[in-house]
Amino acid sequence: MTILAEAFAWLNDPLNWSGPQGIWARLGEHLTMSVLAVLLATLVALPLGIWLGHRGRGGTLTIVAVNTSRALPTFALLLLFASTSVGFGNRPTVLAAAIFAIPPILTHAHTGLLTVDAAARDAARGMGMSAGRSLAVVEIPLALPLIAAGLRTAVVQVIATVPLAALVGGGGLGTFIVVGFGTRRFGEVLAGGLLVAALALGAELVLSWAQRAATPAPVRAHLAGQRR
Amino acid sequence: MSLDAPANPWFSLAYVRDNQADIVEALGQHVTLTVQAVVIALAMALPLAVLAHGRPRVATAVLGISGVLYTIPSLALFAILAPFTGIGRTTVLIGLVAYGLLVLVRNILVGLEGVSPGVRDAARGLGYGRLRMLLTVELPHALPSVVVGLRLATVTTVALVTIGVVIGYGGLGQLMFRGFASSYRAEIATATLLTLAVALVGDLLLWFGGRLATPWTRVGAR
Repeated sequence: MTILAEAFAWLNDPLNWSGPQGIWARLGEHLTMSVLAVLLATLVALPLGIWLGHRGRGGTLTIVAVNTSRALPTFALLLLFASTSVGFGNRPTVLAAAIFAIPPILTHAHTGLLTVDAAARDAARGMGMSAGRSLAVVEIPLALPLIAAGLRTAVVQVIATVPLAALVGGGGLGTFIVVGFGTRRFGEVLAGGLLVAALALGAELVLSWAQRAATPAPVRAHLAGQRR
Repeated sequence: MSLDAPANPWFSLAYVRDNQADIVEALGQHVTLTVQAVVIALAMALPLAVLAHGRPRVATAVLGISGVLYTIPSLALFAILAPFTGIGRTTVLIGLVAYGLLVLVRNILVGLEGVSPGVRDAARGLGYGRLRMLLTVELPHALPSVVVGLRLATVTTVALVTIGVVIGYGGLGQLMFRGFASSYRAEIATATLLTLAVALVGDLLLWFGGRLATPWTRVGAR
């Protein structure tokens, strides 16, 4: 149990929280990298998923994307990037995390638009809406629960991937784990592990609430009715 | 320019030839870790799923706890385990089992819950007891779903083993990291391709095994 005590002593030391290599600074780096990666992935995957789902195509593409991302280790892609002109540290991590965040956003947006009730789509067109307007005010709102679910999965996954930056000379909360292992200070390793785990679980909690809030009230009522 | 950087190709047969022993060792470690982790996870998931089957409260608890475990990033899980279980193979194995568990429990449970009430009634009408029903009716019916879970767990485990590198037991991840540390591209690329191959072979074997084990699903499809 001495290691547990060491970990809490480490966490209780104010010096470990402040400064350019303190917990707050590392947390800032971690969140900045995560936001960048999610933004990058969203920019690519969301329009693509919405468009493909709207057109009712791209099923094979999304399946291939998901399967490849499962089999290819994030770590491998990260090291591949880090060994090219992308460079060491945070940049390859953001890039690798973004690439692995694409499949969940893409598939959820795709499924969300694909499964919009055909009757709702027909009704929108029958009311004289253009295809674009039907997409904006009918189809996307109906697909929002799934789109939000995809974003939530992507964010949690990115936050879980960013610690790997420390293995290629980058920042983020993973540094405490990697430095701790390197110097055999296992109290620091444990404290770093707890910090990363807490961040991931916290993000999951906050986002599950946000996902609920992002769902339009009528859709929420409809989903609740279906569940009953 | 005679001072050009030495050639550092992504693919090099010479590397594979000269480092065969190393590669085989890393590959062996990767495969044994994966197989062990999936087998242990299955051995734990089966009783858990059976226990949770038909008991919604237990099911919520089991899925909730394994869901929390699954959310913890792999690097953090290894970091939390290592101080207690030591720097070694066991720590990596425990982490891998924890991640496989959620996938398997969820899929087995889905399979068990998916048995149609008619089938269950028929078995009960024939005088089947709980255990006999579970072993000869429900589990066989759940088999396709179990196989899907096993394939998913295997593929994700193969990818996760590489993170074991922080503890020194990362299988092919070991080669990748060494290649990165010494800027040796061929080593990274070879290890990456081998990892993909392991995942693919494992997936195919399980798919094939699942097909052999559930001949009735093909009869129905015809």
